[in-house]
Amino acid sequence: MEKFTFNGQPKLRLLTDEQIKLIHEKALYILETTGVRFESDEALKILKDHGADVDFDRKVAKFKPEMVIDAIKKAPSGVKLYTRDGELAADLSGNNVHFDPVSAPIKILESDGKTARQSLAQDLANISKVNDALDNIALQSSACVLYDVPKLIGDSYRVYIMLQNSPKAMITGGFSVHGVPYMRDMLAAVVGGYDELREKPVAVFDICPSPPLKWTHISSQNIIDCARNGLPLETVSMPMPGAATPATLAGSIVVHTAETLSGVVLAQVINPGTPVIYGGAPVHFDMRTGTTPLSAIEATMIAAAYAQMGKYYGMPTHTYACLSDSMIIDTQAGLETSMSGIVAQLAGINVISGVGGLEFVSTVSLEKLVIDNEICGMALRLDRGIETSEETLAVELIRELGPGGDYLSTDHTFSWFKKEPYIPSSIIERRDRKNWEADGAKSAFEKAQDKVKDILANHRPAPLDKERADELDRVTLKIMKELGIDSLPLGPK
Amino acid sequence: MANLELVKNSVIEGNVAGAAAETKACLESGMDPLEIINQGLVAGMNVVGPRFKAGEMFVPEVLMSAKAMHAGMELVKEKLVDFEMPSEGKVVIGTVKGDLHDIGKNLVAIMLESSGYDVVNLGVDIPPEKFAEAVKEHNPQVVGLSALLTTTMLAMKETIDYLKEEGLRDQVKVIIGGAPVTEDFSVEIGADGYAPDGGSAVELVKGLLA
Ligand code: B1M
Repeated sequence: MEKFTFNGQPKLRLLTDEQIKLIHEKALYILETTGVRFESDEALKILKDHGADVDFDRKVAKFKPEMVIDAIKKAPSGVKLYTRDGELAADLSGNNVHFDPVSAPIKILESDGKTARQSLAQDLANISKVNDALDNIALQSSACVLYDVPKLIGDSYRVYIMLQNSPKAMITGGFSVHGVPYMRDMLAAVVGGYDELREKPVAVFDICPSPPLKWTHISSQNIIDCARNGLPLETVSMPMPGAATPATLAGSIVVHTAETLSGVVLAQVINPGTPVIYGGAPVHFDMRTGTTPLSAIEATMIAAAYAQMGKYYGMPTHTYACLSDSMIIDTQAGLETSMSGIVAQLAGINVISGVGGLEFVSTVSLEKLVIDNEICGMALRLDRGIETSEETLAVELIRELGPGGDYLSTDHTFSWFKKEPYIPSSIIERRDRKNWEADGAKSAFEKAQDKVKDILANHRPAPLDKERADELDRVTLKIMKELGIDSLPLGPK
Repeated sequence: MANLELVKNSVIEGNVAGAAAETKACLESGMDPLEIINQGLVAGMNVVGPRFKAGEMFVPEVLMSAKAMHAGMELVKEKLVDFEMPSEGKVVIGTVKGDLHDIGKNLVAIMLESSGYDVVNLGVDIPPEKFAEAVKEHNPQVVGLSALLTTTMLAMKETIDYLKEEGLRDQVKVIIGGAPVTEDFSVEIGADGYAPDGGSAVELVKGLLA
């Protein structure tokens, strides 16, 4: 993708070229005059060595515009992700769109659709497996917190479970300083080594600044580790209008831009060419309840707008969308998930994280994952747009059949009826009422319950071969020993 | 004309200048400072709390009301040098070590303040030692710990253990909260209580200090 041009802009444009330039200038101004706090002396030292103006007492680094521009130029315009088994899984570039499940919820909504409880290791294994069977979700993610796993290994152990249950490439992230190195070891065990992992990355690491304009010790260290090891990272700045960023959308986008670019600078000065995904998790801050709805239309608007900034910088983009803040799988869940999913798709966002998610990214549901797979299918169909070739315009056929012609039995229909539309699963009801009633008059949710049961009982994801599985166990056991952990649920023996 | 109703209404409206002016007028007319506080400033906040809970008021409005109340309080304090502020009790609150989630803890602090408690808000990423120092310095009845990450829930236990080591545990009630925290966990680590949200935190503190 070209940098500092408007050629890579998506179909949906909330910002004009002039507005993009304006936000860019304001963000550079903030970076130069206010700066960003890095709560890590190592990060501050690295930044200082590369020309930033650093105040070690206040832990603030200020950046000259040239330093920022230089970093943007070095940031790759795309990242290719591979499956555990070495096949191309996703090309994160241009306006290519990919979906993945919500990350790090602390609860799972049980299959009754009502009970939310703490999530466990088995839940992540189930999510990974169900997700493996869903064609429209390209990537998997560390989609819940594991309450039955010791907290010291709780973040990295999710990678072990995902590698066991699905070959899909993954979006993950640490909650601790040692999280990234441990996950790297597990991933390398399966792909054949550190070099192989760098060559063909299987995982992206989410790293969050703390709004406004701050990177914690953990996040700074995570960036440093990813950059040094050439691991793709995804900056997840979280604009929170009125609470941690200005109450206005424009002001929040300025803070998001400045925060994100400061992370890009740190990664690029350490290791020029480190793949960085220009991401975020915009929320609306609800001033009546104090909650942080991610599916408010304003949050989605911020995502669409900062994606335009990311594309102006010629970088791959990410956001949280295609999820809902509802507590259960109801009308609100359906409308918010599809609305934000479609907006994010039209905004050409390369990684859209959120499917299966409820309650301000606090809860995940297998049934919702299965339903959302249909929304992703429709969004991806919309993404494909309308092809106008001789063949698809079908003028010859129209002339041949003339007025009153029958298209149903033609070769043209035969060769296009499957290719042209998105064909949903039975979750989306398209039978007539009589047949639907005869089959039990089930709602989409009830059909999703059946489908989840069926996948868990019958779907067989491509297994991890014995040799690689043993190596993964060996590495994981070593980490467990380091942390003084004897055994883990679903863990190596 | 000095009028307690005007003080109260200024607080409800979040009119900082108004609350100050009306409080001043009351003081100048020789009214009892305690009455100004109870029937005016605090009475206003007593309307604000329930209205917020009922979804009729928004966070920034509650904050402005709290500011208005404080503006009035300051004037009362200035007037009477050795005047003892009436307080429901003192709470030291902070987000534990390694955790930077700020917003929920701040909301809890606001709710406690608007219910008449003195709140010392230590901020985020607060190590056990700092909580202990704050207990020594401020002598609170309650220490509130917030954590939003499963990983930092461990630091809640560390903090409680450290307060024990320092011999401070018995002089305070410890309450905990935050999205991943549960009642069971609070029992497990030896806290005195758990609250799922700001309103419940106020009830909890009231109960513990009763
Ligand atoms: C003393 O007594 C009491 C009593 C009641 C108490 C209390 C104390 N404290 C709280 N309460 C209660 O009353 C409050 C008012 O009703 C309530 O407070 P809450 O805080 O629950 O509610 C607030 C009013 C609004 N809610 C919030 O402010 C939190 C919202 C979510 C979306 C969230 C946010 C905003 C943030 N985050 Co964070 N974040 C999430 C959150 C998901 C969620 N829905 O909770 C969560 C908690 N985060 C998570 C993660 C993973 C992370 N976050 C991180 C960072 C951030 C931001 C900095 C970007 C931002 C915080 C900004 C800020 N200035 O505070 C990172 C950690 C940084 C760190 N070291 O702390 C990072 C690790 C991400 C990364 N890889 O870098 C997940 C936790 C998973 C886990 N292991 O437990 C998470 C559930 C989101 C997710 N699904 O990924 C009650 O809990």
